[in-house]
Amino acid sequence: MNATTDKIWSLLEEVTDPEVPVLSVIDLGIVRDVKVVDKAVEVVITPTYSGCPAMDVIAMTIRMTLLQEGYGPVKVSTVLSPAWTTEWMTERGKEKLRAFGIAPPTPLQQVCHTQLFHRDEAIACPRCGSYHTRMISEFGSTACKALYRCEDCREPFDYFKCH
Amino acid sequence: MQTRQALIDYTLHLADNALILGHRNSEWTGHGPILEQDIALSNIALDLIGQARLFYQYAALLINKTPAADPTSPLNHGTAVTEDSLAYLRDAWDFKNCLLCEQTNGDWGKTVLRQFYFSAYQFYLYGEMQKGKDATLAAIAEKALKEVTYHLRWSSEWVIRLGDGTAESHARMEKAVGELSRLTAELFLPAQYERSLAEAGLAVDLLPLRSRWEQRVREVFEMATLSGGAGMLTGGKEGRHTEHLGYLLAEMQFLQRAYPGCEW
Repeated sequence: MNATTDKIWSLLEEVTDPEVPVLSVIDLGIVRDVKVVDKAVEVVITPTYSGCPAMDVIAMTIRMTLLQEGYGPVKVSTVLSPAWTTEWMTERGKEKLRAFGIAPPTPLQQVCHTQLFHRDEAIACPRCGSYHTRMISEFGSTACKALYRCEDCREPFDYFKCH
Repeated sequence: MQTRQALIDYTLHLADNALILGHRNSEWTGHGPILEQDIALSNIALDLIGQARLFYQYAALLINKTPAADPTSPLNHGTAVTEDSLAYLRDAWDFKNCLLCEQTNGDWGKTVLRQFYFSAYQFYLYGEMQKGKDATLAAIAEKALKEVTYHLRWSSEWVIRLGDGTAESHARMEKAVGELSRLTAELFLPAQYERSLAEAGLAVDLLPLRSRWEQRVREVFEMATLSGGAGMLTGGKEGRHTEHLGYLLAEMQFLQRAYPGCEW
């Protein structure tokens, strides 16, 4: 990795997810590769969910950020395989999520099976830390989140579900 | 060349399935029985339309690399085909979605049953497709399978909840089974393009999927105390649709037909 590539990776730390603004694209783990030839840059990203409406905005923001820094032409391309997983989210990203009030994904993929009426995962409330929480809906405000409620502090919260 | 055309048809079939069912589900947005389930179904719609986009983008790539045999084809006006032109500028007879996907929403029971039948089908289909020889289709399937797993679990739970619920919800589910089960045979009856591609390992061989799908439906119906039903109506995969598709397209495509190329 040369100095320019390093610089671009650090610039990408500034590009955030429009729906979860505390997370950068690096925290999310969606940047798969950065290729540089002179001033020409190609950034390879992978979508979180097939229909995630934030992806177009993210690709545009990456382009704008790099163009503003004097790079160009800038190409943002997409790769689908291997499929994105929340395991690629950085620990720093998970910490930022928690501080923002969203429970971060658990490290084990407990819910990615077809077993019906499974026991709710033990998700810690991002506000009070209690594990006495209950799932309200598997689908929250966005495809990547589920809706939970803390039975101790009674606050509802989003859980960034493992995927 | 023939394989290329079959691959285009197959990819469009996969895209049309996802778009049409996704669009149907999106008709519930703002009308769901409770807020959380309104959001759940809207999220499923979003996943399906996202999958449709990936398939349409691939189909557009294949089409643009192939000169159309028919020079009068609307897909051959000198401009490149895009995911949008494929979704918005084809007519009902060009759509290759299964009849199940285009059926009207009916009540909540019919909608969740339609989703259950189709998610169970997609679950086994994508499970095989991710091992297929076409790298792009395999990558889309690998990605989409994770989403479909959620859809299958969510819809199974609703089928059980309503089937094994009150006398009213049970009766409505039985009615939905009566309306929809006859459309399920088509899922496993390969169209010509599926047959020719399956031999080359480019499309999923549907026949072995059927028993796995039936097994899953039986298990869920048992818990839901529902009786099964047999399927017979076919034709969607080859462009012969029920009357419902035309109305759906009229609404979905209106803006692009009235204001061609409009953007905002």
